[in-house]
Amino acid sequence: MKTITIHRVLSILVVLATVVLWQGCKPKAPGSVTTGDAASQAYVAPGKYDEFYNVVSGGFNGQMSIYGLPSGRLFRIIPVFSQFPENGWGYSEETKPMLNTSHGFVPWDDLHHISLSVTKGEHDGRWAFGNANNTPRVARVDMKTFKTVEILELPNSGGNHSSPFITENSEYIVAGTRFSVPVGDNTDVPISSFKENFKGYISFISIDPADGGMKIAFQLKTPGVSFDLARAGKGPSHGWFFFSTYNTEQAYTLLEVNASQKDKDFIMAVNWKKAEEYIKAGKGTTSKAKYAHNVWDESTHTGVSTIMDEVLQLDPAELKDIIYFIPCPKSPHGCDTDPTGQYIVGSGKLAALIPVFSFAKIQAAIANKDFEGEFAGIPVIKYEAALHGEVKKPGLGPLHTEFDNNGNAYTSFFVSSEIVKWNVKTLEILDRVPTYYSIGHLSVPGGPTSKPHGKYVVAYNKITKDRYLPTGPELTQSAQLYDISGDKMKLILDFPTTGEPHYAESIPASLVMPNSTKIYKIEDNKHPYASLGEGMTKVERKGKEVHVYMTAIRSHLTPDNIEGVKLGDEVFFHVTNLEQDWDVPHGFAVKGANNAEILIMPGETSTLKWKPLSTGVFPFYCTDFCSALHQEMQGYIRVSPAGSNVPIKFSTGKIEDQAGGAGQ
Amino acid sequence: MKPLKPISRVLIAIAALLMISAYFVPLWQILMWAPQYPEGLEMDIWINNITGDVKIISALNHYIGMKHIEVKMFPEFTYMIYIVGFLVAFGLITALINKRFILWVFVVLLTATGIAALVDFWLWGYDYGHNLDPTAAIIVPGMSYQPPLIGTKQLLNFTAFSGPDIGGWIFVGSAVLVIGVLVFEIYKSIKEA
Repeated sequence: MKTITIHRVLSILVVLATVVLWQGCKPKAPGSVTTGDAASQAYVAPGKYDEFYNVVSGGFNGQMSIYGLPSGRLFRIIPVFSQFPENGWGYSEETKPMLNTSHGFVPWDDLHHISLSVTKGEHDGRWAFGNANNTPRVARVDMKTFKTVEILELPNSGGNHSSPFITENSEYIVAGTRFSVPVGDNTDVPISSFKENFKGYISFISIDPADGGMKIAFQLKTPGVSFDLARAGKGPSHGWFFFSTYNTEQAYTLLEVNASQKDKDFIMAVNWKKAEEYIKAGKGTTSKAKYAHNVWDESTHTGVSTIMDEVLQLDPAELKDIIYFIPCPKSPHGCDTDPTGQYIVGSGKLAALIPVFSFAKIQAAIANKDFEGEFAGIPVIKYEAALHGEVKKPGLGPLHTEFDNNGNAYTSFFVSSEIVKWNVKTLEILDRVPTYYSIGHLSVPGGPTSKPHGKYVVAYNKITKDRYLPTGPELTQSAQLYDISGDKMKLILDFPTTGEPHYAESIPASLVMPNSTKIYKIEDNKHPYASLGEGMTKVERKGKEVHVYMTAIRSHLTPDNIEGVKLGDEVFFHVTNLEQDWDVPHGFAVKGANNAEILIMPGETSTLKWKPLSTGVFPFYCTDFCSALHQEMQGYIRVSPAGSNVPIKFSTGKIEDQAGGAGQ
Repeated sequence: MKPLKPISRVLIAIAALLMISAYFVPLWQILMWAPQYPEGLEMDIWINNITGDVKIISALNHYIGMKHIEVKMFPEFTYMIYIVGFLVAFGLITALINKRFILWVFVVLLTATGIAALVDFWLWGYDYGHNLDPTAAIIVPGMSYQPPLIGTKQLLNFTAFSGPDIGGWIFVGSAVLVIGVLVFEIYKSIKEA
C-alpha cells in the first residue's frame, strides 16, 4: 500500500511539474509593459506644452487631426474633405464650395497622407497638405489658422493615393493615381480592354511660394499600372521623384492574386527638371479636362469654387529621359528617400528583403544605358545596376521607412508587427521592437526631410484588439510612441487616435506656435453679408429669400426677435462674431435645421441656411459656451403662413408689450 | 530775487523737455487678470486716448453694469494736451527767467497738477465703479467696482492693477528733478549765507 501511495504521489507530482513546465514554456502573451522611466518621458505636466505638433491623417474620416508629442493628446480635428457638423464645415454657405468637384458636391473622402511644406529640405511650418484617395483631390491647410484653405481636384485620376508628397523647396506636390482608368473622349470601354485603354496619370502640382496657391503644372501620361506611394529626391537627387508601382501585371480583376504574379514591379524614377525643360520647349499638349479648384478667401471668409477645363500633359513614351523604371521586388508600397538624398528604399510588401537603391548608381545606369528592356516604351534599368544593397531577413511585410538624424532607417512591418531599425549605409539590422498590432505607417519627427528632428517614432497600428477598454465591435485606433534617442527603441506610450490614421508628420512647436492666429480682425472682414456692428444688423427680404444680418457678442444675438418669415422662404442667418478676444467663438443653431450648427470665430462671418417646414415660433441660440450668460444667448424667429401679411420685423432688447412681455 | 545756478537752469530745462514725452508714450496703465485671462488684459491711458483691450474690458464689464469705456467719456482728453504744453512752456520760461520765485511757482504747479490728476482719476474711477446700470445681469449686493487708484485690488474674479506707465514715470521723474533742484538751490543759499 505504502509504495503504491508513494508512486501515486510521485506520479501526481510529475504530472504537476510537467504542467507547470509546460505553462512556463508557452510563449508569453504580447503587450509587455513599458520599462523604467517611460511614463515620465511621455508626461507633459498640466499647463506645459508638447514639444511637437503631430499632424495626422484621419483616413476614412476625411480629416486631419492635431496631436501633441510626446503626450499623445488630441488638440483638434481639422475638417478637410468631410463635412463636420460640429462646426458647420461643408454645411455653411461659405464652406460648401470647398467640397465641390466635377462630380458635384462630394462631402466626404479618405485622407491618407500628410506633407508639411519645406524650404531647403527642412520644415518651414507654413502649410500641411493632404490627399483624397477617393474622389481625387489634394488639400492645403494653413498652419496659422489650422483651416483648410484650398482643395484642388485632379482630372484623369482614379484615386489619389500616391500623394501629396513634396519636393525639397515645396516646388511641387505630386498626385499619382492608384487606379489606372480610361481617359479622354472614349471612356465607355470594356473593362477587359485595360492594357489598351487604361492609363495612369501623375500630376505635378506647383505651389506658389508666396501664398501656397496650388495649380496643376503638368501631368505625365504613364502606362496603366497602380501608383502606390512616392517621395521626392533631395540634395543630390533634387529634381527627381520616385514612385512605387504595383499591378504592372495590368490585371483588372482579383488583384490580390493577379497583381502578385510578377517577381518584381517597379519604382518609377521621374526627372521632373527634364519635364520642365520639355514644357519650356513647348512639347506639352493641352488636353480638355474638367476639375474643380476651390480656394478659401480669408477676407470674405468664403470659399470660391472654379471649374477648370484644361490641363497640360506630357507623354514620356515619346518625350525621352523623363521617366525610367527600376525593378523592385513584389508590389512595393513605401518608396522613401533618405535625408542625404543618396538612397531610395523600396518596401515590397510581399518581399523577404528590403532593396536600397543608390541615386548615383541609377544615374550611372542611365548614362551607360544599363537597361534590361522596356515596359510600355519606357526603359527599365537593370535591378543590380541601380542597387546599393539589400537588407536581408528584415521581417515580414515591409511597408514604410522613415529616417533619423544619425543615418538610421526605421521600417514598419505589417505582417510581423514590428519596427526594425537598420543602418542605411551598412544595411545592418540594429534593433527591432514589436508593435500592438500590425503597424501601417510610422513617423519620425522630420523623418521625410533633409534634417530629421529624431527623438521619437510613432507607430500607427491597424489592429487595436486588447490594448484599450473594448467598445463593442468598433474599436479606437491605436498609435504607439517609441523613444529612439538611444541605441534601443523603447515603447513609452500607447494613445488612441481618431479616424484611421495613415501617414503623419511631426514638426517642432517652435516653428508653428508663434504664428498661430488668435482672432480675425473685424475691420478686415469683407464678407458681403457681414454686420460690423450691432447697428448694422437687419433683416432683408429678396423674393423668397430672407437674409438675416446677425451679430453675436457676449451674451446676446442681434436681432433676437425676428418676424415676417413665411412658409416657403429660405432664411439665411449671416452671423458675424463681433468678439475680438482670443478663444471666444460663438455658435448658432436653429430648431429643425436640416444641415448643422455653425461655429463662428471672433471677427468671422458664417451663414446657415434654414428652410422652415412649418409655421410657428422657432428658437435659436448660441451653441458654444461663451460666457456666464451663454444660456441666455437665445432668440426667436416667427414663421407665418405663405400668404400672410406679417411684415418683416426684427429687434433685440425692445419690449413691445409691457403687460404681455417681461418688461423692465 | 535770487538767480538760479547755471546747472539748475539746465536741469529745469531738461525736466521740462522730458515732459514732452507725454505726447508720445502712454501715461497710465491698468492691468487685469482673471482665471480666464491668465495672459492679462491691458488698458493704456495716453494724453488724449485710451488703447489696449478696451473693447474686451467693456464687453466683460457690461455684465455688472459698468459703462462702456469710450474716449468721449473723458473730457480730460480735450484739454490735457494744453495742460502739459503749458507745464513744458512754464518750465522752459523758468529756466530762462532765472528767478528762484518762478521755480517755486513751477514746483507748486507741478505738484498741484499731479494731485489734481489723481483726484480726477479717483473721481472717474468712483463713478465708473459705483454708477452701475440697475438692469445689469449680475448685481452683487453691496459690491462696487472702483478700480484701484494706485496698486492692486481684487474685483470679483479680476485682479486689477493701476499705476503709471512709461510717460507717467517720466513725468514723476521730471517733477522729482525740479523739486530736487529747488531743494538744492535752497540748500546752497543757506550754505552760502
